[in-house]
Amino acid sequence: MPTRALRKALRGQAIERTTTVVIGGGQAGLAASYFLSDRSIDHVVLERGEVANSWRRERWDSLRLLTPNWQSRLPGLRYEGPDPDGYMTVSEVTEFIEHFAKVSRAPVRTGVRVTSVRRADDGYLVTTSHGEIHAPTVVIASGACNQAAVPPLRDAVPVSVEQVTPFGYRDPAQLPDGGVLVVGASATGVQLAAELRRSGRPVTVSVGEHVRLPRTYRGRDVLWWMDASGVWDQRYDEVEDLTRARRLPSPQLVGTPERTTLDLNALASMGVELLGRWAAVRDGRALFSGGLRNVFSLADLKMERLLDTFDEWAKAEGYDAEAGSPERFPSTRVPESTRLQLDLRSGEIAAIVWATGFRPDYGWLDVPVVDAKGHLNHEGGVVDSPGLYALGLPVLRRRRSTFICGIEDDAREVIDHLARYLAVRR
Amino acid sequence: MTAVTNGVNVQALLDAREVLKGAPEAAQFTWRASAKWQSGVHSTIKVQSYFGLGEEQNHKEEWTFEADHPEVFAAEDNGITPIEYLLVGLASCLTGGIASVAENRGIQLRSVESTVEGGHDIRGILGADSDVRNGYNDIKVTFTIDADASRQEIEALVAQSQKRSAVFDALTNPTNVTVEVA
Repeated sequence: MPTRALRKALRGQAIERTTTVVIGGGQAGLAASYFLSDRSIDHVVLERGEVANSWRRERWDSLRLLTPNWQSRLPGLRYEGPDPDGYMTVSEVTEFIEHFAKVSRAPVRTGVRVTSVRRADDGYLVTTSHGEIHAPTVVIASGACNQAAVPPLRDAVPVSVEQVTPFGYRDPAQLPDGGVLVVGASATGVQLAAELRRSGRPVTVSVGEHVRLPRTYRGRDVLWWMDASGVWDQRYDEVEDLTRARRLPSPQLVGTPERTTLDLNALASMGVELLGRWAAVRDGRALFSGGLRNVFSLADLKMERLLDTFDEWAKAEGYDAEAGSPERFPSTRVPESTRLQLDLRSGEIAAIVWATGFRPDYGWLDVPVVDAKGHLNHEGGVVDSPGLYALGLPVLRRRRSTFICGIEDDAREVIDHLARYLAVRR
Repeated sequence: MTAVTNGVNVQALLDAREVLKGAPEAAQFTWRASAKWQSGVHSTIKVQSYFGLGEEQNHKEEWTFEADHPEVFAAEDNGITPIEYLLVGLASCLTGGIASVAENRGIQLRSVESTVEGGHDIRGILGADSDVRNGYNDIKVTFTIDADASRQEIEALVAQSQKRSAVFDALTNPTNVTVEVA
């Protein structure tokens, strides 16, 4: 029995003390732990499930990372498998993160749920399912995707229609036969729509604002361009509309061995019906926006501007000779006329998949650092409360922060700040 | 960014946006119109007062609009049709939006013109066919814009204008409308 637990048992409900509590045992929490250990800062990593829990429990079977394998890196650990241009499956990601936890000897406590964090005695009191811990510093690494963000429309859907979120979805076979309405056309939406269409079901996608990208551009993965051109290096304090950047949905990408582009034109070619954004339910009928054409234009124009940026960089760096020639892709095709309504009681739709994004859950965080929309107030990962930090959030410090290859630099910099804070306190 | 002179006080709008982020109650506006039947299908509508920024407001003068139907509808053509007022709203909303976005992006406009066409099957409103809707089947706006900008930049102005347009939203998305008798 570990000494600490024994001491606690002997003293009754004694409060454990450490220097940093890291909340979350995924890639962000483990990266924080790596740098804390590197600086010999005494800490624990609390994980409500097992290491890489979200990857194990909250993802569907066919999911692969959007980023190519060579971009999978955690501090001191690189992908060294045989397929650098491929895309990891869920079990491969889980293995990768687990391996990292072992190799970095992270002090992870699994099966420990944090129920409260509040300020106490010049630090924080962390209440868990297995006792209390006090520490002057806390790193919140619980992620941005704890809950599915489902609109209130869900309550107006007839009970005869099955509803599922990405957390509950595993594969097409679990849904009833019949038509599926996929709400949302970002990464999750386009991937599930394609998969469900291939299973032979009629699929309709309600399309709101989205980020369109080709999988490959001028012969390279589009995310190679994001990395090489420096777009991903843009700092959070250089981004014009940071709130918007942090709320951007995942781009319409899928990781397949064929490196296929999965945009709305591809879905339409598969026979998927595209409708506008789902606006309301009236008398059992779903009502959709008639503004779909502009939603397509916005995404097409943004993609074009991004490709212009890549081309400018390639020219300036003298990369033009090596790369294929600049490409532009066909505009998103607008159907002759799109349906503005759909009768949810007719049986046409047997199931709805809410691919409408995710929200973090800070219900356990009893420190006033969460804004009216439920997001954490932070400056590059330094939360608005002394000694409190965050990692693993979108555009935390750079655009790259949102992706697995961004966690290392973020963790190093945030832990740097934490270490300086501790030094000043003494 | 070069100083442009589209005439939009973009700074005031950006300032207002920041202030209102923290004061949602002040952002609640109520626009109003009062209508009076004249005869036949002719009515006169007046607009002056509105509510916003926490208090009653007034346009600097009272504006009057006539609405009627044309002679092909066996009416007197004392004013444009109610359904045409929607096209007036849409064109002006998008145009104002284009000017504002252009100002914000430092794009000098030289001219912005548009034509709006609303396809309308009148069997709906005549009750001749219950499968035909009362409103427009489709609306198309065509902009002709002369500006100091590339085609791509101009298309982006138009796209952004739609994204933030009140009337575009009112037409493309459902709105709760309550009609009562006092």
